[in-house]
Amino acid sequence: MTSIADVEPPPRHGLGRRLSTFFVRHSHLRLAALLALPLGWLLVIYLGSLFLLLLASFWSIGGILGTDIVHSWNLDNYKTLFQEPVYRNVAFRTISMAALVTIADAVLAFPIAYYMARVASPHTRNLLVVAVLTPLWASYLVKAYSWRTILGEEGVLNWLLAPFGLSGPGYSQTGLWLAFTYLWLPFMILPIYAGLERIPGSLLEASADLGGKSLRTFWKVTLPLAFPAVVAGSIFTFSLTLGDYILPGLISNEQFIGTVIYNDRGSNLPVAAAFAMVPIAVMTVYLWGAKRLGAFENL
Amino acid sequence: MIGRNVRVVRWAAFGLLVGALSVVAAGCGGGGSSSSSASTQIEGLGSSLDEIKANAKNEGQVNLVIWAGYADKSWADTFRQQTGCVVHTKDGASSDDMVDLMSTGAYDGVSASGDATLRLIAKGDVAPVNFDLIPNYADVYEGLKGRSYNTVDGVGYGVPHGRGPNLMVWSNKAISPDSDSWAPIWPGTDYKGKLSIYDNQIFIADAALYLKATQPDLNITNPYELDDDQFNAAIDLLKQQRPNIGEYWDGVTYAKQVTSFKSGEAVVGTTWPYQVNLMKAEKPPLDVTAKVPKEGTTGWSDTWMIASKAAHPNCMYLWMNYIISPEANAKVAEYFGEAPSNSKACAFTANKNHCADYYADVESYWSKIYFWNTPQADCGDDRGDVCKTYEDWRSAWTELRG
Repeated sequence: MTSIADVEPPPRHGLGRRLSTFFVRHSHLRLAALLALPLGWLLVIYLGSLFLLLLASFWSIGGILGTDIVHSWNLDNYKTLFQEPVYRNVAFRTISMAALVTIADAVLAFPIAYYMARVASPHTRNLLVVAVLTPLWASYLVKAYSWRTILGEEGVLNWLLAPFGLSGPGYSQTGLWLAFTYLWLPFMILPIYAGLERIPGSLLEASADLGGKSLRTFWKVTLPLAFPAVVAGSIFTFSLTLGDYILPGLISNEQFIGTVIYNDRGSNLPVAAAFAMVPIAVMTVYLWGAKRLGAFENL
Repeated sequence: MIGRNVRVVRWAAFGLLVGALSVVAAGCGGGGSSSSSASTQIEGLGSSLDEIKANAKNEGQVNLVIWAGYADKSWADTFRQQTGCVVHTKDGASSDDMVDLMSTGAYDGVSASGDATLRLIAKGDVAPVNFDLIPNYADVYEGLKGRSYNTVDGVGYGVPHGRGPNLMVWSNKAISPDSDSWAPIWPGTDYKGKLSIYDNQIFIADAALYLKATQPDLNITNPYELDDDQFNAAIDLLKQQRPNIGEYWDGVTYAKQVTSFKSGEAVVGTTWPYQVNLMKAEKPPLDVTAKVPKEGTTGWSDTWMIASKAAHPNCMYLWMNYIISPEANAKVAEYFGEAPSNSKACAFTANKNHCADYYADVESYWSKIYFWNTPQADCGDDRGDVCKTYEDWRSAWTELRG
């Protein structure tokens, strides 16, 4: 490795110049100085708070009013999570909801993304990208309350269905599923669109040259190549549903992981912290699986 | 070169991680609960009213955790003009939410109900109040001073704000305006799926209170002091009620109760006078009745408390004095729909009958309202330490809701 230091340095004055020379000579320190702030933020603020949460989950509450946090290490909170059926039910309900929302979003997003990437003219494609992105500019709360109105007894959904003698799902898990599917759809469309666009046209031509009909090409070439992109999108739809606690409170009466944590944190923080480990564990497994499927190359 | 850089980054990241986690762990290693000091002195607080007023100009703001509607612009703006303190607020969803928000240390004060006050005091998150610096305290009803929920060992921890009952509300289309029983929200109701219920474990007390009236053999004397049998009976009642509930509401999502009554999603439920005011303010006003049924009801007596580490203690003291001043106390009492705490407020209400309507000085009325309280193992009578604790209430509510 030739170093600039071997060359005769120009005469230098001032702190800035000396500092710059110092960093040129010590490239590893330069790198460390550059990364200190972002890495520090990530590790201290972000991972540090998660670590705190983990610590809190091994504590318990005490005192006459239950206001003291007792720093005695024990697994009682985790035992509670396993033994009380309510936590299992809530976790199962939340994970199922996240899975169903993800499936619905994938089914809806794929044709839209396919049309955008493979069929639409550049002009239409731009319009569609704008159309997909625009809802992301609206506040989450506005969209959540809109769905409350849509699903209400006298909402637009029931009004539309009334002539057919039907009625909407109302404020229920089905209604919640619809609202979640709407909310996170753009997060599924965009990765699939990016993934489909990256499939080289030559592969599809090769398939056609070898006698593959369009449907066969889709199943054997396009879908396998685009699948990691679907998994990439599912990371968003799955994790966003898993952690949400506002929409369930507005549209359903059922408890989800987020709402239980939200309710319990004021009166029993350690139990809430232990329950918060559940979505973290689920997402760790999910991300590990997604990585195996090559989703990270599509993010 | 590239390989070396990657190694450097890895080591740097590892070093930072170890460092960060040890800092975090060290921060948690300290003692458990912080002990509360009985001193009214808060760092930066002026020692006289004049000094407080002068200091407040420099602070320029006060951050409050409130029950929805307690710091509306119409009187918060006047406060700003008088003192130079801008009022920032955060609605609490429930007393638990408020206790949690106050533990963050980001707020100067809170309008705490009786099921939060003792917990806030025990945690040391709020400081005793020097009433000499709150001139309007002299006019507060004696019935609100020195109560078990705002005073510990003779030390006062806050300024009484006002009190009110939890009401039953119903649509007149479904239930006669003359109705006088909680029965329509309990099992056997004709309004399955149309109930609107407060979403917090403290609602278990409402079930206990209904049982107190309807099942005398349970011997419930106080809905916050429940032994095993009484508690299980209340939970059993709530379990039967659960499938009939259309929607839960809380101090943050209270507005959805109004829209639910408007759209017909809800027909009957529990409410605060505040939402009743909002329903009456709809155009056209909703055709609803709200009252305290014959079985009695729970309620709240709220206290303004100052954070022990308040960043703007001078503005907070001025706020505590201002919010119980006759004019402001009259406004907030009418706006929320509660009895004012200042006896002179009655002269300033827009509705001249407000104080009479809300029984402002009728202590015999309030003695029958069971104010929110923190349940403890000690039953407070000869049964001893056999009562269900607040933690029992929480886990039972979680199970019920899940």
